[in-house]
Amino acid sequence: MMQFVVDGIINASLIALGAIGLSLTYNILRFANFAQGEVLASGAYFALAVVVLIGAGAGAMGPLAFGWPLLFAMAVSIVATSLLVLVVDWLLFRPLREKNASRITLIMAAFGLSLMGRNIITLIAGGDPQYFSFYIPKAISVFGLKATPDEVAMVVITVLAVLALHLFLTRTTLGKSMRATAENPTLAQINGIDTRSVIRWTWIIGASLAAIAGTMQGHTIQVRPEMGFELLLPMFAALILGGAGNMYGVIAGALVIGLSESLAVGIGLSSYRLSVAFLVMLAVLLVRPQGLFGDKP
Amino acid sequence: MTAILEVRDLVVGYNPTLPILHGVSLTVAAGEIVTILGPNGAGKSTLIKAVAGLLDITSGQIALMGSDLTGLPTHEMVRAGLGYVPQTENVFAKLSVEENLEIGALVNRAAYAARREFVFGLFNDLSRLRRLQAGKLSGGQRQMVAVGRALMADPKLLMLDEPSAGLSPKLAEVVFSQLRKICAAGVTILMVEQNARAALRVSDRAYILAQGENRLDGQAASLLDNPEVGELYLGAGSRLSR
Ligand SMILES: Nc1ncnc2c1ncn2[C@@H]1O[C@H](COP(=O)(O)OP(=O)(O)O)[C@@H](O)[C@H]1O
Ligand SMILES: [Mg+2]
Repeated sequence: MMQFVVDGIINASLIALGAIGLSLTYNILRFANFAQGEVLASGAYFALAVVVLIGAGAGAMGPLAFGWPLLFAMAVSIVATSLLVLVVDWLLFRPLREKNASRITLIMAAFGLSLMGRNIITLIAGGDPQYFSFYIPKAISVFGLKATPDEVAMVVITVLAVLALHLFLTRTTLGKSMRATAENPTLAQINGIDTRSVIRWTWIIGASLAAIAGTMQGHTIQVRPEMGFELLLPMFAALILGGAGNMYGVIAGALVIGLSESLAVGIGLSSYRLSVAFLVMLAVLLVRPQGLFGDKP
Repeated sequence: MTAILEVRDLVVGYNPTLPILHGVSLTVAAGEIVTILGPNGAGKSTLIKAVAGLLDITSGQIALMGSDLTGLPTHEMVRAGLGYVPQTENVFAKLSVEENLEIGALVNRAAYAARREFVFGLFNDLSRLRRLQAGKLSGGQRQMVAVGRALMADPKLLMLDEPSAGLSPKLAEVVFSQLRKICAAGVTILMVEQNARAALRVSDRAYILAQGENRLDGQAASLLDNPEVGELYLGAGSRLSR
């Protein structure tokens, strides 16, 4: 019965990594980036390309069905995905910002980008599912709870990434500048913060987390053009549930959504897993309209 | 006396077809406290925002210590020696008091400890409150954070937009007397105020704006006695000095 908790946490770690990027762009650029799913998918395909080029599969390390080839691919993917979003920002979002485009315009642009992104991925890589390796999951069992070592590693990597982000935001100058810019861009500029540079780092961090999520999802499940898009609704649900933009709230939101989804699967409602997750989200928002960690309205 | 700030024939607004200031000029000399007065909507905040680089300047010049600031982006102003405390939203509410001061010192990190001592010396309460979120503080405490934050960068010129707005008369007095100390420490001050009488009492000189134009200027003491100024603020036959 507690198996759903384990599955939920594994599921939540993917949602959380993607949703943190969503919350960063939401906070700093003040729009909901509907193309975040495609950022995640791009991350998976970049990693796949590297693994295919190396030609050694995902590798192996101890009980893990991945090794240095996959970790190397993930690192390359982080760089490539970051560069990709910087180019897209420069070509698409920056000109819109400079024309003081409304939020709706930015959201529509992101929506169009999302559609285009999926089509470009399909055009280049094809629409069929692809795999990093012929990885056959051998679940380990502790107190009757089952998870593969790779899934455990995925949760550990997520926790480490979140911890690193927390230290970055609270201890470093750039992190503090990001928090300052998120709250009040004008006051940040008055203090000498170049908000254009903060915006670039926002994209880079969001894309890096999405590339990690995409690579891990690609490895533990499969790589498909729609993989990110299908994660978009849970990511948004986590964002809204967490209180739109509070990073810690987003993680809590991702846990709630991930757990509700796996609970739905556990009680035999697997085709309704998203609906169940949304019901839970609505129920929480009825009690706390500002979200789990949001400021009081 | 050398001019710290020189604004000449400034035409600026929020939209190029609709100027708010129609050629305003102003000079602030080193070591002065200068106040900008004028009725609501006169363009006082607009003038300060233009100096801070927040608005697109249509024509005219702004020079800080002899170097042209016109068109410099806002984030480079603080390095040029300009401190600015906006009227509202002038602290980072979600950041702690200490983090607010750190952000203020981003361009002056080597001097962080010394500047912090200076700010805590002016506003003793901040030392005790330094771990609290700035948004949780009272209006007066928040104003101290805002001024302290601007002082962290060691500005040559400190611009304040209505520093006493929303404060009790007693707290306003505290802020004004601290401005004297800040000025004595070598920071030239340019402020906008509604509280004309109290502001003129701590100022050396003042400018009065009306409808986006220079209306009057002079020594603070003589403006306090000027019936035209009294009329503007208190009605016919009044004087601010009494
Ligand atoms: N952000 C803005 N956009 C457009 N017009 C503005 C803005 N801020 C102020 N104004 C206009 O500029 C004029 C001067 O305003 P302001 O400089 O704030 O006056 P003051 O500070 O002297 O009370 C007013 O008519 C006001 O309506
Ligand atoms: Mg004003």
